[in-house]
Formats: sequence, C-alpha cells, structure tokens
Amino acid sequence: MMSSGFVVFRAGVALVLMCSFYRSTEDPLPELSPQQYFSTLQPGKASLAYFCQVGSLSNSVFLEELKEAIRPLQDYGISVSKVNCVEEEASRYCGKEEGVMKAYLFRGHILLREFPTDTLFDVNAIVAHVLFTLLFNEVKYVTTLEDLHSIENSLKGKANMIFSYVEAIGTPEHRAVMEAAFVYGTSYQFALTTEIALLENIGSENTGRAHLYFLHCELASDLTESCRTTRMEQPLTTLNIHVFIKTMKAPLVMEVAEDPQQVSIIHLQLGLPLVFIISQQATYEADRRTAEWVAWRLLGKAGVLLLSRDSVDVDIPQHANVAFRRAEKEAPVEFLVLNDVDLIVSHVKSNMYIEETQEDEDGDEEGPDLAIQDDEVAETVYRDRKRPLPLELTVELTQETFNSTVTTSDSLVLFYATCTSTILLTRINCADWSDVCAKQNVTAFPAVKLYKEGESPVSYEGMLGTKDLLKFVQLNRISCPVNIASIQEAEKYLRGELYKDLFSFPSVSVLGLFSPAMASAEEHFREAGKRLRGSIITGVYSEDDVWILSNKYAAPLPAMLLARPREGGIESVPLATAPVQEMVRILANAPLEAFPEITVETLPAYLRLQRPLLMLFSDGSIDPQYRNAALALVRQKQLEPFTPCWLNLKNTPVGRGILKVYFGHLPPLPQLLLVNLHSGGQVYAFPSVQSITEQSLMLWLKKLEAGLENPITIISDQAWKPPLPAFDFLSMMDAPAAQASAKKGAECMEAAEVQASAEQPRGGGPAPRREPPETLRVKHWNRSIAPREAGEPSRPHKEL
Amino acid sequence: MGPLGLLLALALHLAACTRTHRDYCVLGAGPAGLQMAALLQRAGRDYEVFERESAPGSFFTRYPRHRKLISINKRHTGKANAEFNLRHDWNSLLSDDPRLLFRHYSKAYFPDASDMVRYLGDFAKCLGLRVQYNTNITHVALDKDPQAWNGHYFILTQQNGQAYQCSVLLVATGLSVPKLVDFPGSEHVEGYESVSVDPEDFVGQNVLILGRGNSAFETAENILGVTNFVHMLSRSRVRLSWATHYVGDVRAINNGLLDTYQLKSLDGLLESDLGYLALVKDSKGKFHITLRFFLDENNSSQSADAIPLPQDDNDNFAMRVAYDRVIRCLGWKFDFSIFNQSLRLSSGTEFSKKYPLIRASYESKGSRGLFILGTASHSVDYRKSAGGFIHGFRYTVRAVHRLLEHRHHGIGWPSTEHPITQLSSSIIRRVNEASGLYQMFSVLADIILLKENATAFEYLEEFPMQMLAQLETLTGRTARHGLFVINMEYGKNFSGPEKDVFYYDRSVAHVEDAWRSNFLHPVIYYYRHLPTEQDMRFRPAQWPLPRPAAIHHIVEDFLTDWTAPVGHILPLRRFLENCLGTDLRSFYAESCFLFALTRQRLPPFCQQGYLKMQGLSSTKSLRQHGVESRLLPDYTAMENSSRWLGDHPSAPGPLTQSLDSNKEEL
Repeated sequence: MMSSGFVVFRAGVALVLMCSFYRSTEDPLPELSPQQYFSTLQPGKASLAYFCQVGSLSNSVFLEELKEAIRPLQDYGISVSKVNCVEEEASRYCGKEEGVMKAYLFRGHILLREFPTDTLFDVNAIVAHVLFTLLFNEVKYVTTLEDLHSIENSLKGKANMIFSYVEAIGTPEHRAVMEAAFVYGTSYQFALTTEIALLENIGSENTGRAHLYFLHCELASDLTESCRTTRMEQPLTTLNIHVFIKTMKAPLVMEVAEDPQQVSIIHLQLGLPLVFIISQQATYEADRRTAEWVAWRLLGKAGVLLLSRDSVDVDIPQHANVAFRRAEKEAPVEFLVLNDVDLIVSHVKSNMYIEETQEDEDGDEEGPDLAIQDDEVAETVYRDRKRPLPLELTVELTQETFNSTVTTSDSLVLFYATCTSTILLTRINCADWSDVCAKQNVTAFPAVKLYKEGESPVSYEGMLGTKDLLKFVQLNRISCPVNIASIQEAEKYLRGELYKDLFSFPSVSVLGLFSPAMASAEEHFREAGKRLRGSIITGVYSEDDVWILSNKYAAPLPAMLLARPREGGIESVPLATAPVQEMVRILANAPLEAFPEITVETLPAYLRLQRPLLMLFSDGSIDPQYRNAALALVRQKQLEPFTPCWLNLKNTPVGRGILKVYFGHLPPLPQLLLVNLHSGGQVYAFPSVQSITEQSLMLWLKKLEAGLENPITIISDQAWKPPLPAFDFLSMMDAPAAQASAKKGAECMEAAEVQASAEQPRGGGPAPRREPPETLRVKHWNRSIAPREAGEPSRPHKEL
Repeated sequence: MGPLGLLLALALHLAACTRTHRDYCVLGAGPAGLQMAALLQRAGRDYEVFERESAPGSFFTRYPRHRKLISINKRHTGKANAEFNLRHDWNSLLSDDPRLLFRHYSKAYFPDASDMVRYLGDFAKCLGLRVQYNTNITHVALDKDPQAWNGHYFILTQQNGQAYQCSVLLVATGLSVPKLVDFPGSEHVEGYESVSVDPEDFVGQNVLILGRGNSAFETAENILGVTNFVHMLSRSRVRLSWATHYVGDVRAINNGLLDTYQLKSLDGLLESDLGYLALVKDSKGKFHITLRFFLDENNSSQSADAIPLPQDDNDNFAMRVAYDRVIRCLGWKFDFSIFNQSLRLSSGTEFSKKYPLIRASYESKGSRGLFILGTASHSVDYRKSAGGFIHGFRYTVRAVHRLLEHRHHGIGWPSTEHPITQLSSSIIRRVNEASGLYQMFSVLADIILLKENATAFEYLEEFPMQMLAQLETLTGRTARHGLFVINMEYGKNFSGPEKDVFYYDRSVAHVEDAWRSNFLHPVIYYYRHLPTEQDMRFRPAQWPLPRPAAIHHIVEDFLTDWTAPVGHILPLRRFLENCLGTDLRSFYAESCFLFALTRQRLPPFCQQGYLKMQGLSSTKSLRQHGVESRLLPDYTAMENSSRWLGDHPSAPGPLTQSLDSNKEEL
C-alpha cells in the first residue's frame, strides 16, 4: 500500500516537472497584424512570416513546427512571425482562397520567396529552405556533371570546394549542409545536388542518404589536373560537418619539436588521434614526404605531425619511426616501428574502431545484427548438427545402468549435455540424468572420467580431442605408479621397452629412486604421480640395490630419472624432500623438451614457464643446421632465459595467422622470432638476410638485450570486451512508459491553454517521438512481423 | 524471596523440566509438514511433527469432497530428467527416493484424493519421519528465555496437558476452518464440508451455490446433470485459471457450468455481495432470496410469507425463483485459535485475510522463529504463484529449511562455484530443467553472485526473491561484486480474469521483442550492488524486483525449451558479456593458440580452458564449417591467396598507393 502511494506521488512530481519544462522551452510566436508586421521590417534583415486568416482553421501542425524553428532561425538573424489577416485590412499576402495560406520570406521589404506550407513539413525543412533561399549565391545547386566541373575548374588554384549530395531538399542532412554553408559559405564554395546520377558519375558506388566531399581545388595548379577529394565518412550532422571542415582547414602536416604527450592541436580537441612521423635531420626530406603521404590518407581521421627526433629531449626508442596518440585525454603515446604507409593507416584505423562503432550506435538505428552468431564453437557445432555421429560404438548410460556399468567394467564416461574397446566407451546425457552427474561431481560439460574397477575414478583434464584422450586412456592402463622390481626391469623401463605393446615410443618415462629408508619422500612422489595420472608414466624403484642406479646416473638419492626414449639420453633430477605440490610441478614439467616443436597441443605447457619464446617458424621440417645450433646453445645453457622452440607450418597451419599478425603479411620462411609474451609483448625478428648460426644467434640476442634492436611489432594488450552490444531491453521497456508520460505532458499543455495540440492528426512529418503511442506500437509490431532480410532464418510467429 | 516464592520457582522449574525439548516442532503432518520433516530428517536435526489425526494428510481423507484432485499427475513428458519432470508432477513431495514419486501411486491425470492419503502415509513411513499422531496441540504460547535461539521458546500444550518446548516452530496446519456466511437465514445454508455428494439427493431440485472457487464448481459439476438448474452466486466475477495463470483460480476441468450458463441451459452465474442478502424459508420449505434491509425495515417477527421479496417491486428480479437447497462453498481460513496473543500472529491484509501475516521469508512478522509453511503461507503469493499448493510449497518449505540451516547451524545456502565461462550454460541448464523456478515463478529465483573481477561465480538456487536485500545475512554468502537474478515471469499485462489470453499476436517470436513475451519465460536482472530494503520497497509498480542495471528476457518458447543457439543462447551471452564487460565466446584450441601468441591477454574461455591444457580440439568437418561461416580463417589457404591478392605488400610502391587511396577517396 505504502509503495503504491509513493509511486503516485512520484508520478505527480514528474508531471509537474513536465509542465514547467514545456512552458520554459516555449518560444512565443509573435502574432501581428499585416500592418504591424510590415512596419517592423528592417532593411537587410530577413524575416519569415506565415500569413493566416483569423477565424479560419489554422494549420496547427505547421504552427508547431514553425514555433520550433524560431530559435534556430533567430541564431541566423532571421525573425519569424505569424501574421493574422483581418478581413478589412487584407494584404495581398493574405491569400485569396480560404485555407491556402503560405509563408513568405522577406529581406527588408523585398519578398525573396513564398513557400506553400507543405514544403515546410517540419522544422528541418523550414530551416533548410530558408537558409537555402538566403544563401542562393553561396550554395550552387547543380544538376549535371558539367555544372560541377565548371565550378571545380573556376576554383582551381584559388579556393576549395564543398560538394554534397542530399536525398531531397528539406531533409535533416540538407539542413546540416545549409547550416554549415551559413558559417563557411564565404571561405569555401558550396555545391549541392539531389541528383543521384551525378554521384554515380563521380564514381562513388555506395549511395546512402547523403554525402559530403571536400575538393582540394586550391592545390590544383593545372586545369587538367582534377581536384583531390576527401569524403566525409561520418553521418551528415551539423556538428560532424563542422569538425570535418575544421580538420580540412588545419595544415596537412604540422612540424613539432616538443614532447608528443604535450602537443595539443585541433585534431585532439575534435576527438581525433594523432600520428607523429619521427624524423631526423638527415632524412628530413623523405620523412616530410612520408608524413604528407600519410596525412592525405588519414585526412579527416587523424592529425599527422612531423616530430623532429633531434630537437626533443623525450626518450624516443631507438628505432621507433612512428608515434601514435589516441584522442582520449590520458592516453599515453605509443611508439611503433611501422615500415610502411599502409601499416600506419591500418594501425590508426584499427585503433579508431571502438569510437566508430559507438558513433554507429548513435547515428544508425539498425546497428549491427546481434543475431549473427560470432561464437565459432557454437556456430560450427550447430552447422554440424545433421552429421550423424557414430554413437553405436559407445554405450549410453542412464541412472539405472550407470552404477552397474562403472563397477563391473573399466569404463570411460563422457558426461555431456545435449546443448552438447577393452575399455568401455560410454556416455551419459546429463541433461537427462542430472542426478547421476551431480553425484559424480560433474558440474561442467563436457567432462570425461575413467572408472576402473576398485579404484577411484580419474577425471580427464586434457585437451578435448581424440589424440590426447587416447593417450590418457593408454596411460591409464598402466598402473600408477609402476612398481619396478629389479634393476633389469628399471633399465627396460627407462628405455621405453616395458610398454612396447602400448606405445611405439613413450615420449618420456619418469623413474623415482628411493632407498628403502626414504619412505616419506617416496610417498610424496607416489602421490604426485597419482595426481598426474593419465598425463605421464611414473615408476618407482626402492629396492636395496637402488644405489647401483644412483651411481650409474650420478643421481644422489632421492632422485628422479627422466628418460626420453625417443631422443635417447637420461637426465637426473635431485628430489631432496620436496613437498607433494613441488613434486607435482617437477613431474608435470618433466615431459617438456629442450627444443620442442610447438603445436596447438603443446604450447600451454611451455607457456607456463613464463619465458620469452625463441621461435623458428618453418614451412615443413626444421633446417638441421639451425636445430644443431639451437641444441648446442641449449647445452651450453646460453638460452636459459628463453624457451627455444620451433613451429612447423605444415603441422600447425595457424602459424601463418600468427605471422600475419606480426608482420602484417606472410614473411619469407624460415623466420626466427623472439616473442616476449609475458612482459611487454615485443616481437623481434632475426634479420632474414643472415643465416642462423650459433654465433649470429648469440650476437642478435646480445643486441636485443642491449636494446639495440627494434621490435617488429608489439602485440596488443587490449582487453577482451563484448564483441557486440546486447539488446537494451531496459530502455525498450522504458519507452512505452516515457510515451505515456509524454502524453500526460501534452494533456497538461492543453490545460495550460496552449492553442495547439500534439495529438491532432497531422500530415506525414517524420517525427516519431511525437506520435501518439498507439501508432508507434502498431508500427513496431508491423516491423517485427514483416519478413526480414534474406538469410535470416524465418521463424513461426504464432502459436496455432 | 519468601518460601512461597521459592516453592513457586521450584514448581515452575519442575514444569520446565517436564517439558520435552525439541529444536524444531512442526505442527501438522500434511504435505508441507512432511516435506519439512523430510528435510530436517536428512539434515539430522532434532525435530518432531505433531498431528491431530492418526495418519498423515487427514485433510485429504475428506477433501475434496468429490475426491478428484485438480493437481496434475503427468506421468510422461518424453524426458528422463527427474528435475524437469517435477515441473509437471504437482503431487509429489521432494525426496531422494525415486520410489516416492506420485506417478507410482496413481495413473490418473487428475488423481483420486485417497491416493494422496496413501502417498503421504508411505512418504512418512519410508523416510521414517518422526511424527506423533493423535496429538492435538491446543495451545501455543511464548516463553522468553535469553538462552533460546530466538530469545524465546515456543511452548506447545497438548490436550492432555503434556507440553513441548520448541526453539523453532513450523506451522503447517493448512487452512482448516470453513469460511462461513452470516446473513439472516444463513442457518438454512448447507456447507461444502457436509453436503451430500450423491447426485441422487439433488434430482429435480433448484440449487443455489454460494461461492465461485474450485469447490463451488466441483460441487456444481457433480450435480449439473440431475438438478433443474444450478445458480451460482458470489461477490466478484469468475476468475479462470487459464486467464489469470494462477492455479488456484477455477480450473477448466470443473467448468461445465460456464458452458451451460453461456448456452442458456438454465444454469447461471450471478454477482452480488452476500452481505446484502437474506434467505427466507417459506411454508413449503423452499428458500427465497430477499434483501437484508427489507428484513430490517420490517418486524422480524413477521411470518415468513409476509416478508417482502425483491420481486414484489421488481418483477423481473433474477433470483425470484425459489430454491430447494442453498450450499455454501466459500473455502477455508487459517485457524488462529490455538495461538496465544504473545505470538502476535495476526491475519493478513484485506486481500489475504484468511492467511496469517508473514514475511517473504515465511517467518511470522510477530515472533522470530515462527514460520508458516504450506497452504497457510500463501499470503506471500496469493493469486500470483503456486505457494498455496503442493507443487509450489514443496520448494518454499525447502527454502525455509535452507534459511534455518544457515541461521542455526552455520551451513550456508547451498551453492556451487563455477568459472565464468560456465555462466550462460549454467543459466540455460536451470531455466530448462529447474522445477522450483518454474512453479514458484516470481517468488523463488536463482541468484548468481559474481566473484571479484568476474572470473568466477557462485550459483544459489531458489532463493525467496523478495528477501533479496537480506541475502547476505540469510544465506551467509557475500554479494560484493554484482549479481544476477534469474526469474520466470509472465508478461506484465497478460494475465487477469478479464483478459483475452488467446488474442492473435499473443506470442512473440523475435528475439528483439523478447521483453514483450507474454507466456512464462526467463528474465535475468543484473545488479552491480545488492539492492537495499529501500530499493525493494520502492521498486516500480508491477515489477517483482527493483530496477536493475540491465535486464534480459529470454524470448518465450512454445515448447518451453530454451536451448536454441541463436534464438536463446546468443542474446543471453551478449547480455552477460555486456554486463561483465568481457568476451564470453568459446574458442577452439587453434584460435586460443593464435591468441596466446598474438595477444597479451586471452579471453576467459582460453584462459580457463586452453591455457590449463583443456582446450577444445576441432575436427576436420567442424573446421570446414568454421571456414564456411567465416568465423575461422583457412590458414592452409592463406599462403597462396596472400601472394596474388597482395593486400599487404612489404614495400609499397606508388601504384598500390593510389589504388588504395582510390578506395578511400572519391
């Protein structure tokens, strides 16, 4: 009860506010008699008058719009009035027929134009028409290409020109152009067309509602040379045009000799980023040319400056040739090495992306299509839904069969949810049997668990893919850890021969060596082995003669032997009395190789080392010369701070995508790179002209260390933001409520004895916010029912 | 202190000692009492249920009089999911034992009430619930004691004087007192509770039924075929459950009288306030309807035949016909009589007078530790949701139990923690299977509490959403980093006794119009901070919760199956992403590999999967789909194409320059 009372109270407040708001924005429309009107006219001053018959039905919709136009027109020094024609003092403007009343534009006492009220359909049309008439000389209306060319030719070498296309006279875009022309009409020649054909002739293929071009004719000294043209890409609003012209007016390239962080030029104030081309005295001429080139490409999108390296005492990285600064106030200056104009342009464009999409949201009602799937997994799985899966090989479990199955046979259970051998492959749909899955502690899908008789189930924690899962199953068939009974067996184990029938080559075998007295260390090791069950084979040898192995491999007890049967060689790691956690870490890192081939599967394990990757991209198998060089350096422990590795593009084609990000294109192969992933994100490329030898590699690494090399790129540290906006249901829900209160506001206007009413039916002015709510609702429903663009899956609309 | 005082104190002390103590006392072994007992039993609590009769569910031994339950017993849904199937099983109580499902007790879609009695008996027996039968608690009082959990004990006194001392009192006595009418001549009215159910007794009679609920329609349905006619009289218009979406309103199964009324087959419905009426019995034993003030004007000692009737003045008065029988079917109300004043148990507001006044946590407003369960707790969602019925209150009872477990035993509200990548799938799973959310729509809601930096979340099921402001104290969970509330809702202006629920455009199919959905659909509210009590109280009219920072409606679905990838899941993901400011897409291991080497940060899916070596491999056919849908680049083809496209030549010549600039300029 209380809350509803409060709501009523609040609504009351809102209503009162609405009323006062309405009144305060109301500009009075002066109502004069013809005599009064003509006596107030001042020479040289423009005025718009609407003549209407007293007593006849006044065109209230038009009056509404006219009232709204008072303020904008006043800004241009144009007065607006309503002239009441009383019968006895009929003026010739007062029309002969009833109801056909017109508006007239005067300059002083001179009539410039008369407008039937239907051409002035809304406030935009009123302002556009009036300014268009007044600026008859400043804004040339062209209909043919010849007209346009003749204006262009007349301006060459003298002045610049602004040419625009609008869909029709009187549109909001037209008004924006006219308002711009009012301000800039004396500085630039304006030309306007409504002929779409003209636009096509110019070669612009995309024809929207309106376009605006800046023709740099002042620079064209030769009549045969056509004027350079820059197209404005933002929607045509007064503000956007203003910004655009301002940037056109600014010098193409500015030379600065101060801290780029402190520079403040017009572009920054207009919300555009800055690009600094870093120049040196020696290369000044070339740099200047580059800067101009870049500037032309980025005209209207960014400010381009030439920054002299020699005259600033800012610490500019040695090889940086470009600096970039976003328009945001606190944005730091980024120093980049971009060896190509295209790269600079694309960098600027990609960094402007966020702002651009925001503009889209404001300017364009449709926005991006939120219904297009951008989740690669969801989309591909959905597209794949009709392919029958060979499910007959797996046994489907239910609540009833689950327990009996997993207790009587070794089974691998896939827990999945449909919104997704000697060993029995089984599966259970958790969307159906949620109880079973909850009892097995499965909360995320898919999940895989291996159930072995008499043992607690093992959860699979590897890649969800055939290869890794198979390895998991195979490794789980070996008891864990393997209890080695004799020295001979231990040797066999280390050679990888013990499980020959299971694997052709186990990549690594781990053997823990303990003397019988080291029970606790052995226990820790066993526990660690269990935790890593399924990812690595561990064995334990703790017989009395363990010292034989200890001596042979120079491994003081307790120790761990790492055998890599594939490569040969046995490594010993002292275990001391490490806690279980530490043992797990050591064991987990055991399969890591000294110079691995990086694949999609192996990368995460190496990333955990948190070292920069020294990575050779190779198209096919690796050059043995480099391999040897790398391995030699590894043996000399020269590469300790790095993870040396290589990538075979034949096995890992996605490497091409990576190279493309680093270089912007595919570089010649092989390519040796140092990728500093974990601190800074710099990527350095080994000069491809040199051959990779131990010496050249070491030299290069030293140079890197000394900071003498420049990164080819710095990988982005951009956060992962939502790819697209969501439906804003909250404001959609607000809209009908707001309309209801707007309607109340209108009623309140009537109460305040304001003549016109917003609720009367009116002739098609496109101002949806002022339509009565019912109409809008109908419109909305129509839109949702009307067939959408092709490609959108059609959905049934109604229940039948 | 004199010797007398000492003696008195001793006597009191003795009395206190003879009182049996229980942590939890449950009044009534009906469905709600047994449900609470089952939960207390499973949690291993000290409890006792007190039941007046000799077996559970005694209400059902007599009611409904015509024995047909109107709660559905849907035995087949085509699904195996037990939780989902509960959505369409309105009779079972919650337990871990799959044998204790009602479908094993009756094959009828609208089962017989005696099956319910049998079911409740088995439920109490199988679970070994501690119920004291034949124990009539006649008085409940409060005994202040600072040692007690709530600062007082509840003292329950049995008929024979035996007393019990309870820390927490759970009242599940239902609505047991028939609502009576009081007007001149009301002594001639038969009650639903005792009227004959044999149609033979109504042959050739004119019957007037007072009331317009399910019991009235059930009574009419039984005799419709043998009477001359049945008239039904009540104050307000009939409310049909399929129009109001409230299961307590008149169900279609009993509405034969609506049919015969509208087809002018002599039966009929009338609206009038019963308080204005009077009943006059004439010499032939027939009943005439007249107006109360006629009696007041005249001398009440007049003979029956001399009392003025409305038709004397108004000869087409609708109820001018004489009735053979008048039956009252006005429902029941809560029995307040056993509760001592000290408990301050008062009746609800105008709309729900028949119920005791309680909070949204089902705790009495008058005394802490006193909870109302079951049908009697329906004031919380009267005419809205299903809290007055088994299929609704089984969940609210569980909610009360969870509150108690936290309050008295330090066990937080059950929750599961997941990485943020599981967010949309957790929501999708619940809205598709959860039965408590579905039945107790807009009363119980799931809550997702975000962890710091939104890397993980905690999922709490079926929390009484009106208590949201007190969530932290009630559940023992913290909500410092924002939360989502998942609720099920009907469209705001869809339901009502006078609404046309079959209008042409009633269902919404387009995702962007989801907020206009009319039928029950999931709605997700996002709050950056836990709403305060103020926020809750001054929430917008018709809103179940305060205005959120963002809201999402999952578009209504004809099959109530919200698993469509583009229609349901994608918009949900976009909503969640924009609330959290992150990218929640899933990626194949290959994409994560690319990001790992070309971005300093990884999307959550790669961070929590691939980086932990739990990436998702794709297969050849999936990769091909990915390339076709342009979501995955074809890396193998990249080499060849880039050569002739030359989109990024390493050394730009003036030619490519001008070609490029052509694109941008005119």
